Amino acid sequence: MDCRLTVAQTNPALGNVGRNLEEHVAAIEAAIAGGSQLIVFPELSLTGYFLKDQTAEVALSLDSPELARLKELSRRISIAVGFVEHASDGRIYNSVAFLEDGHTLHVHRKVHLVTYGMFDEMREFAAGSGFHSFASKHGRFGIMICEDVWHVSSGYQHFLDGVDAMLIPSCSPGRGIDHASTELGSERMWRTLLEAHGLLFQTWVVYCNRVGWEDGIFFWGGSRVIDPFGAQSAGLDGLETGRLDARITSHELRRARVATPLLRDSKPWILAQGLARIGNGRGA
Amino acid sequence: MSALDIHAPLVERLLVQFLREELASAGFSRAVLGISGGVDSALVAALCARAFGPQNVLGVMMPYKTSNPDSEGHARLLASSLGIATKKLEITAMADGYLAAHDVRDRMRRGNVMARCRMIVLYDQSVDFKGLVIGTSNKTEILLGYSTQWGDSASAVNPIGDLYKHQIYQLSRHLGVPAQILDKAPSADLFEGQTDEGELGFTYADADRLLYLMVDERLSEAELVERGFDVQFVRRVASRIAATQFKRVMPLIAKLSKRTINQDFRYLRDWGK
Repeated sequence: MDCRLTVAQTNPALGNVGRNLEEHVAAIEAAIAGGSQLIVFPELSLTGYFLKDQTAEVALSLDSPELARLKELSRRISIAVGFVEHASDGRIYNSVAFLEDGHTLHVHRKVHLVTYGMFDEMREFAAGSGFHSFASKHGRFGIMICEDVWHVSSGYQHFLDGVDAMLIPSCSPGRGIDHASTELGSERMWRTLLEAHGLLFQTWVVYCNRVGWEDGIFFWGGSRVIDPFGAQSAGLDGLETGRLDARITSHELRRARVATPLLRDSKPWILAQGLARIGNGRGA
Repeated sequence: MSALDIHAPLVERLLVQFLREELASAGFSRAVLGISGGVDSALVAALCARAFGPQNVLGVMMPYKTSNPDSEGHARLLASSLGIATKKLEITAMADGYLAAHDVRDRMRRGNVMARCRMIVLYDQSVDFKGLVIGTSNKTEILLGYSTQWGDSASAVNPIGDLYKHQIYQLSRHLGVPAQILDKAPSADLFEGQTDEGELGFTYADADRLLYLMVDERLSEAELVERGFDVQFVRRVASRIAATQFKRVMPLIAKLSKRTINQDFRYLRDWGK
């Protein structure tokens, strides 16, 4: 694997799919011109986040003209795009589509819908049912959307599946200004989470968070790429729109996995036994 | 260092961006606010001057005949230090048109009328100035309900409503608010000799520490008492917050139809922007 990628830290207009689509096209054209092979957009990048009753109004089916336009562009660059998916059975999902060579190669539907504090996703969306990695021509990828990352079982499945990179589109609101911290509380948590994923799962971690304000709530940006040793290899300043170009290769994956062969030594059957025991005995 | 302490440059950056972006999404880039000579409006004026440029900020002074003359002096000092435009629009004739005509003597009623007169002036001036009214209520007073509903609490956007009074002072010092404003006792200046802390019956420092642990950190009454707070103080503040919840929400609408505004008709204000 040797993939040049672009992380698009955008500021979507709330519920304005037409305007957001034009901005996607412009960002994609710029990434193609810059020689990128893959571009990753934030969670719900075509719609904005706090949609409430707009959710159903901006939902797109996989064969919508909007996605068709992006599919066409995917002949020149692979694209991970966030949108509200209107499934054929009528359910509405918080989804990321991975488009490549004019086709929808994979769709990940957010599994862990965040419904506490300021969030109300389970009111708006049906939950996805699993984590499935897929083979892109640029490498094996696994997608997690924002809150998915907070559940270690998500990343562990991609790890067992041998992904080269975890793609993490996100709409993480900024919060936590106490204790005189120069870093927002939300950024501190995410930095720890992302670096831990790189370190524990020895994979590239590509985090794409949006920026901008929706009714007084801001998204803190801070998009970054973490290497398979758990260290940040590239990052954008938070708070402003921007484009992060990075390169992810097999060399670092090999070095990390030879030095510390965590996948070889992992014993998922022990987890399976444990889950059977805990599931039978203690609920959850 | 206190847990309440903020990193002022980070918060400044966020609030300047908030003002620019939320006004832009409403189609505005100019700000109007009442400047009282106090620290809250001084801070908001300073943030607006940074966000929009001083020429796009109008500070309105709205004294009543009994207002402390120091308030106007401090407001002018602030405005000249920031280079923002000012207007002085006395509310005496306007307020007395009602207060005197109807012989309103109750101090709270008089104060509320004055606060609502100022709201009327600000909203009208905002049309003339082609700006939006920017709020100047801080988190401490919003939680304590220490405001006049539809009066000083009324605004289009409020950059400081999630900052406790302690944090207001920190950010104000960082932004260079004049010392005369920082050093005086906070007062709504609705009657002679009034101070916030005198009227509330406790200090902002104590209120901030308690509110932070109670609201932000979700400590229980027992945990707060364990931390050294007087149980009566804890209960007094807790009941004050609950009793003033009506000031923090929109008016209740009787739900009758299948789809009711703010119940199951839910859209952000930034909808369609």
